Amino acid sequence: MSIDRRQFLKLAGLSAAAAVGGPVAANILMRSQLQAADETPAPGALTARRWGMVVDMSKFTSEADIQRCVAACDKAHNVPHIPTKQDIKWIWEEKFGNAFPDHEQVYLAESLESRLFPVLCNHCDNPPCVRVCPTQATYKRPDGIVMMDFHRCIGCRFCMAACPYGSRSFNFGDPRPYVAQTNPEYPTRTKGVVEKCTFCVERLAKGLRPACVEASNGALIFGDLADPNSEVRQLLKERYSIQRKTALGTHPSVYYLI
Amino acid sequence: MYDAGKVLTGIVIFAVLVTFPFFLSAGKAGPKPDPKLDTPAIQALGAEKQCVESKAFMKANHMQLLNDWRDNAVREGHRQYVGLGGKKYDISLQNTCMKCHSNKTKFCDECHNYMAVKPYCWDCHVAPKEKKA
Repeated sequence: MSIDRRQFLKLAGLSAAAAVGGPVAANILMRSQLQAADETPAPGALTARRWGMVVDMSKFTSEADIQRCVAACDKAHNVPHIPTKQDIKWIWEEKFGNAFPDHEQVYLAESLESRLFPVLCNHCDNPPCVRVCPTQATYKRPDGIVMMDFHRCIGCRFCMAACPYGSRSFNFGDPRPYVAQTNPEYPTRTKGVVEKCTFCVERLAKGLRPACVEASNGALIFGDLADPNSEVRQLLKERYSIQRKTALGTHPSVYYLI
Repeated sequence: MYDAGKVLTGIVIFAVLVTFPFFLSAGKAGPKPDPKLDTPAIQALGAEKQCVESKAFMKANHMQLLNDWRDNAVREGHRQYVGLGGKKYDISLQNTCMKCHSNKTKFCDECHNYMAVKPYCWDCHVAPKEKKA
């Protein structure tokens, strides 16, 4: 038996197609088996088109008021406190001039100059951290929350360079020894991962408001900025508010009533 | 064959060296992994001991399921899982899986150590507290 060139090429082509196509087809079939199982959004979750926060500074009368919110967040998310420059911050306090450099003046009202402001991730509408993340570990959810997928973070710290608010902290070492009281319901982070405030997505999924909001006694108001009837929009309509570094065009979701 | 003696000696030495580890550990197989299910939460289930999927599925595919859970919960916000028989579960390693399987060292580590796989779940996720045996 002899084959000519044409027959040989046909045969070679067919075998190549079978060799490549077989495993691919098997893979697709196997995967559909797994995807038969279904995951759905949890019922009773709080939802919005764009989550936002209003900080009512008239209700933050002392530093203890801010510290109460910070402590609630740290406890809920196992945020470590490291007594060096490598500290981890989700929500923290800042002087007016540092929080709002655009609004700083030589002769500032004493009431602003002397007090501390609670600051956290602004969950920007145009988040620069998301643009620079090479692995899409940080991304914007459809409800406006700038979320962090700690599993995917490779610790390149581009996001820290991009964020104009200093809202991101890097774990230079294992954070676990510095977590005062570990909350068994929430993971810690590990060495080499960047972390930040997530607007408590895990609590929203259970129908709860963020931990800091709950601890603030009404000084932090959380709601849907896209809903004109929401409490946050009503407050913004009635009272004068400022935001952090608006000139940068990041469109923050956190407003301060001063 | 030239230098038959040297060649054959070389072959024998080579064969002994390569098979040496097998001879050394022959008959000394480590104990088979025996993951335990005797946690209070599982005992409380009574006769109806049922994970989110069948035992065979979990045995073969728990890693894919966990990957799937992680991506759905974190990235899609889908935090509810409809398991075997339509039963609903909260998608969470720490708050669902480990609430029943609170014996990580006797359940997870048992097979993982035997197979020498080192999943990095516990670098971040908090393992349940176990009594030191």
